[in-house]
Amino acid sequence: MRNSVFWLLAALSGVAFLAVTRALIANEYYYFAAYVVLQYIVLSTGWNILGGYTGYTNFGTGAFFALGAYASVVLHKTVSVPLPVMMLVGGIISGVIGLGTGYLTLRLRGVFFAIATLAMAIVMQTLIVNWDFVGGSRGVYIIRPASAPIAGSYIQYLYTLMLVLAVISVGIARTIERSRLGLGFAAIRDDEQAAEAGGVPTLRLKLISTTLSGALMGMAGAPLPYYVTYLDPDSSFSLAYAVNAVAMPVVGGMTSWIGPVVGSILLGTIQQLATVTISSALNLLIVGLLLIGFVIIAPNGIVGLVLSWRRRARAR
Amino acid sequence: MTGPALLEVRGLGKRFGGFVALDGIDLTINAGDRVGLIGPNGSGKSTLVNCLCGTLRNETGTVSFDGRPVNGLIAHHRTRLGLARSFQLPKPFRTLTLNDNIRVPLVYTVNARHGQHLSEAQMAVRCRELLDDVGLADKATRLPGDLTQVEMRKLELARAVATQPRLLFADEAMAGLSPSEVEEILAVLFRLNEQGITIVLIEHIMRAVMNFSTRLVVLVAGHKVADGDPQETIRNPEVERAYLGE
Amino acid sequence: MAIDLNLLINAVVAGLLLGGFYAAVSVGITISFGMLDIANIAQPAFILMGSYAAYLINRSLHLDPILIGVVMTPVFYVLGMAVYRLYYHSFERHGDQSIQGLAFFFGLLFVGEVSLVLIFGVDYRFVEASYIGPSLKFGILDLPLRMLIPCVISLLAIGLLQFFLSHSFLGRAILAVSQDGPALQLMAANPTRIKQAAFGISIATSSLAGAFLIIIQPVEPSIGRDYIGRIFAICVLGGMTSLPGMIVASIILGVVESITATFYGPSWAPAVSFGFLLVALAWRPAGLMGR
Repeated sequence: MRNSVFWLLAALSGVAFLAVTRALIANEYYYFAAYVVLQYIVLSTGWNILGGYTGYTNFGTGAFFALGAYASVVLHKTVSVPLPVMMLVGGIISGVIGLGTGYLTLRLRGVFFAIATLAMAIVMQTLIVNWDFVGGSRGVYIIRPASAPIAGSYIQYLYTLMLVLAVISVGIARTIERSRLGLGFAAIRDDEQAAEAGGVPTLRLKLISTTLSGALMGMAGAPLPYYVTYLDPDSSFSLAYAVNAVAMPVVGGMTSWIGPVVGSILLGTIQQLATVTISSALNLLIVGLLLIGFVIIAPNGIVGLVLSWRRRARAR
Repeated sequence: MTGPALLEVRGLGKRFGGFVALDGIDLTINAGDRVGLIGPNGSGKSTLVNCLCGTLRNETGTVSFDGRPVNGLIAHHRTRLGLARSFQLPKPFRTLTLNDNIRVPLVYTVNARHGQHLSEAQMAVRCRELLDDVGLADKATRLPGDLTQVEMRKLELARAVATQPRLLFADEAMAGLSPSEVEEILAVLFRLNEQGITIVLIEHIMRAVMNFSTRLVVLVAGHKVADGDPQETIRNPEVERAYLGE
Repeated sequence: MAIDLNLLINAVVAGLLLGGFYAAVSVGITISFGMLDIANIAQPAFILMGSYAAYLINRSLHLDPILIGVVMTPVFYVLGMAVYRLYYHSFERHGDQSIQGLAFFFGLLFVGEVSLVLIFGVDYRFVEASYIGPSLKFGILDLPLRMLIPCVISLLAIGLLQFFLSHSFLGRAILAVSQDGPALQLMAANPTRIKQAAFGISIATSSLAGAFLIIIQPVEPSIGRDYIGRIFAICVLGGMTSLPGMIVASIILGVVESITATFYGPSWAPAVSFGFLLVALAWRPAGLMGR
């Protein structure tokens, strides 16, 4: 499929999905739940640009996400700007942090890079915990505006924004995958030395990858204060975001844009159901077990399984 | 058949911590040469290739390529200047098809040079030619994991040649291959040399090196101990001592 | 700024004691990550399991927590061997240990933590022992026994382990694995069996380390994360494979953290250990003792 056609189709299906859901669903709860799933689509797609395409494991998703959220808190308390602008600012801030982690790739690869991102996340959390202006360790209350700038309730507005962001993220991921940039990312993932020998400017590409990945995560986090209305470091920097951002692409499949989408919808929905019916601790256990199970049994995820079934069927 | 100097190395030195891997290496490679680079294990052959190709930084000495100093230049810049290499252990892009393995250097080296731009269609043709040259055209859509040892070596060479190099370092391109497979790879290298690519062959299989080289360079413990006509060089007492032990 | 000398001396001494404890926590990762090249980021989850084992048995049978830690060591050894088997069959055998292997241990860390939350809840738990509370006093010096005893036993246990590594066949085989896999085959030993035993030992150390942890401070499931950065920082800074280097790195980190906590408040301590880690990573791989 041509890329422009894909963008058109993605935009159209996004609008159609939005229209159908907004027309048919009145219960606010479903918007709360769908928002979370969409947010995970953005997070896992962002993670996958670095992790799946370029081969660098980031365990610090929570930090990029939370920085986006805290950028909105600062904007909320200082100037009054519309939420889409806050999302842009959050994206820029987390993108800059992403650029910083990109320079880490000069010295650190594999496990060492992964551990460094985890360390970076905790340093960031410590800074926020000690920053009283944004509430410190006590957290901060954010009052959700009474009315939304578009028709419907504020949560429907948040849902709409996140849907738009999800469509854009997936579109970016797919565009990269089919482009020369994606080819360079894949070369880096498979063998960085060989990529250099083939003329790939590895550092520049890695910086693009980490920046883009971080920016998407930051944008996903920016509306969070208005969603939760109470933001604190422990829950916004939660390891659960990092685990989900790893687990969703792994379960869905890391080499294709559709993998994180499938993984997010599946794991995100399971968690929403489990939170309501069982308990929130148990739903995290399910995510962890699915992550372990998939890396052992189906390391290429659901997309990998489907592809190998198709290949086998064709061979028959 | 000596042309102008293509690669000039003066006083190159490299150390790892306290270990001196290379010391005061002088080396001139002329356009069109077929140079054999030999030496016992650990003598610094691969380190030298890594320094010349920009994978490692040499602490001392200068390297110039085609009259232009390339010291401190990052590996991919050197590739774009026309300095290519194959790796001792093949390093294919294992999640990419053979076709895409070849497309990487086409997109990032050939198309990155001034005055050159291949369209997608031209690139597809070029991929096919390059794979055809090494007899891998029928496997273009397969993954490297499906290849045999010798095919892997050929892919490695094809990917290096795709950068349109002027100088190619073939780092142990034949290690672990059967005699007939060695002949296959040698034939590929001879053909590349006829096409005008200067080749430095780093190899342990003496028969292949002697057969291929017009000049032999010998490294022992980080020093160059001999450089010249192959037949004379292997009779050099210092070389014999290094190879046969004291 | 005038620094209170008493405060400084006590902070340094507390840091030394803390460092001895950190050595016990980090010895496992030094074996698994440093020697075997297996990035077991789930190690803190095993340490917390050690803490909760000590808690359960201490509460029901009123045994000494350190004794429990020693007694439970074989159980953790077997657990470690089981984890290695799973890891080996799923990843290492295929030579593919990168993202999937890392995701595996990350999942294990998370599952371990959430399981503890489900069983024990998020309340802080602690153990009882006669030495929790009292302190030895030497002039201005104040040595809390709950720090001193774990520190001393930790250093003794690591000394024993070092003796075992350099004097027994298995120990020397483990060191051989860490230096060069093929050399081991010349010794006619099966590297996989050796690595399984070594990984078992690395997990076994978390039994005693966990007991120390719950003696030093009350424990809840998520505090394990604070140790990920610490143990990797110590392992990298200590030169990856050397136990003496690991002890030196532990003590440095302990002292720096203790001084930070005393003069700037405990909320800055995590930034110190993780900042340390970033510096340690930048120096990699030579570490303090070099290779």
